[in-house]
Amino acid sequence: MENTSTMTLEKMIMSLFLVVATLLTAYAGLNALDNIFGVSMFIMATAFALGVAAIVTGKFEDTDTEYYNYSVVKAGVIASVIWGIVGFTAGDYIAWELAFPALNLDLQWTSFGRLRPLHTSAVIFAFGGNVLISTSFYVVQRTSRARLIGSVTPWFVFWGYNLFIVLAALGYVFGVTQSKEYAEPEWYVDIWLTIVWVMYLVVFLGTLMKRKEPHIYVANWFYLAFIITVAMLHIVNNAAVPVSFFGSKSYIAWSGVQDAMIQWWYGHNAVGFFLTAGFLAIMYYFVPKRAGRPVYSYRLSIIHFWSVIFIYIWAGPHHLHYTALPDWTQTLGMAFSIMLWMPSWGGMINGLMTLSGAWDKLRTDPVIRMLVVSVAFYGMSTFEGPLMAIKAVNSLSHYTDWTIGHVHSGALGWNGFVSFGALYCMVPWLWGKKEVYSLALVSMHFWIATIGILLYITSMWVSGIMQGLMWRAYDNLGFLEYSFIETVEAMHPFYVIRAIGGLMFLIGALIMAYNLWMTVKVGEEATETSMQPAIAPVAAE
Amino acid sequence: MSNKHAIIEKNSILMVVLILIVVSIGGLVQIVPLFFLKSTIEKVEGMRPYTPLELSGRNIYIREGCYLCHSQMIRALRDEVERYGHYSLAAESMYDHPFQWGSKRTGPDLARLGNKYSDEWHVQHLINPRDVVPASVMPGYSFLAKTKLDYSNIGNHLKTNATVGVPYSEAMIKNAKKDLESQANPDGDDSDTDALEERYGPDSSFKTKVVYRDFDGNAKMISEMDALISYLQMLGTLVDFTKFNEKATIR
Repeated sequence: MENTSTMTLEKMIMSLFLVVATLLTAYAGLNALDNIFGVSMFIMATAFALGVAAIVTGKFEDTDTEYYNYSVVKAGVIASVIWGIVGFTAGDYIAWELAFPALNLDLQWTSFGRLRPLHTSAVIFAFGGNVLISTSFYVVQRTSRARLIGSVTPWFVFWGYNLFIVLAALGYVFGVTQSKEYAEPEWYVDIWLTIVWVMYLVVFLGTLMKRKEPHIYVANWFYLAFIITVAMLHIVNNAAVPVSFFGSKSYIAWSGVQDAMIQWWYGHNAVGFFLTAGFLAIMYYFVPKRAGRPVYSYRLSIIHFWSVIFIYIWAGPHHLHYTALPDWTQTLGMAFSIMLWMPSWGGMINGLMTLSGAWDKLRTDPVIRMLVVSVAFYGMSTFEGPLMAIKAVNSLSHYTDWTIGHVHSGALGWNGFVSFGALYCMVPWLWGKKEVYSLALVSMHFWIATIGILLYITSMWVSGIMQGLMWRAYDNLGFLEYSFIETVEAMHPFYVIRAIGGLMFLIGALIMAYNLWMTVKVGEEATETSMQPAIAPVAAE
Repeated sequence: MSNKHAIIEKNSILMVVLILIVVSIGGLVQIVPLFFLKSTIEKVEGMRPYTPLELSGRNIYIREGCYLCHSQMIRALRDEVERYGHYSLAAESMYDHPFQWGSKRTGPDLARLGNKYSDEWHVQHLINPRDVVPASVMPGYSFLAKTKLDYSNIGNHLKTNATVGVPYSEAMIKNAKKDLESQANPDGDDSDTDALEERYGPDSSFKTKVVYRDFDGNAKMISEMDALISYLQMLGTLVDFTKFNEKATIR
């Protein structure tokens, strides 16, 4: 075990860093030019001071008797569930706002424009991010047979990341935003996330480097690519000059067409690396583990990995078809987007075929069903994506709800379900329980959420394609047939259906939260033999 | 292949380096040339930086998340050009930090909104969109008319824009506050619209237009509504399309 004396070098450096950070942020807070910046600085200063106090009073002593550091993983699991519910609720609320605009309440803090970034960040970064951090910390330990490095640093990553979310959310509601989609937080939050992210890489890579397995397991390749690429995207896309170091407002370094290209290089690869590579890592660990079968093909894993990370990064320009972005860039983006279909489906096949010899579990194990359906949704949305990246199709689909439907088939079906599956696996493992509290409730979650997703994406298909067709419809005299507002009116019923679908998805998540809570509270204790095997899953040669 | 790949699988640092190389290529090829190829941004006449009032309005547009439902990018498609006007040029957003092209049209495109509606229409519409467009799903922004515009730091905003490449001159930065007041309240005691025109209008090196009036109809106060409407009324009005040579800019 680690050095259990009160002050290790790690703790000293971390304390020193936090003390300096406390002073800096407190100073900035006292001189703040605007309220939100001031409040944010004081929140940061308080958090850092609490961190120092926790280190000094020995809150991060290695009292964990386990070989692995599970306590930080547990914290990540709890945060995932809470943020998931917050994010789904925010999403469903703004869905109802679009159907019934009175729900905006005519207040600045509750208008669609302020809450939409709150929703996207809460689901992608708060829910998805905590799922990724907790599963990656779990998987890297299990597959490396090594404990996470450091005793404070993993906690720094967890608390630091969640502090980033609180600061970002506070900004959105009070109108502090860069207006770059999925990168809305202002410069001071971006700097903080950069620091946290570097420490995340340090913990992950450091643990990988002291592994007792000769090979790095395939899930870790994907986690590694996710961490590295997100760092690169984040830094370039958020390059900005603050108006003052004591105020929240900054101006992005890039402008116009270059900024658009950089934004969608970032935006599409936030999908590609945060929501795809990271979650594929979850697939590569949890599907074989739960099915009790090895990954279908080792070779396919290698091809899948390198081709998906190489090709994905080129796909950004398909968000800018027929715009003022030069044609050569659009064409490149389209070509690579179509190519992306191949590795995506290679990955899907690798995940699905892992069930070879265990297909019967689809009937008996609702957790496996959830994981398998998530991979199916991955396949479906990675087929739909290249289709929509074709310029002719995009001329119809762009700017419409079809895009929203596409995103949600990926986000709810793939990211949501694979996360739920992983949580249903991990909670019993982490808390030493035999199985989740109720498989019947898992099944109920599965069905109610699946129907919710189907309502969501079908209503958005109809509304999006209808809107696109109405925009370009001409009457027999050669005039545009519909005014814009007529297309808005036509979408109303579909907005209602979509909001109902979202509500069902949210109800499913609440059922899950109850089920996981009961698992921890009253779940049957696992016996030594029923604990998951200590051996890492090995890919079939 | 599997055997050779084992080399990478057994060396975490090698894997990090290779990942970094593989994920860098696409971005380098697609992004870097955009900064160097002259054809990326068309040659046009009339583009100028935002006036201090318009810039403040633009910041309100960003703050309220307008870009989440309104695009500012007319694609080169027949129906869009007929509905909204000339397709958008890269040159039209060259001073935009950040760009506001948007990705969704829950409401219509705004790239050429300027001069399409009266100021009174905008005031009414922003206070309660359903007063003028009964089927609208847009939120109301009545607080804008009641909120005083905070422009105490506007000079530094221009300065920061100049740092990232917008051609704001020393005089523009120095007189930012005054120019803002002159544009929103041209009948005010200290107003100097000649100086404003000299810096941003026909007499400036940009040879373009700048409009000044009390945009929200309330002369007692420069409100956030003033700023936002001044921004909305200039959208897409700068470039002189009579002098734009489409053939010369095929890219």
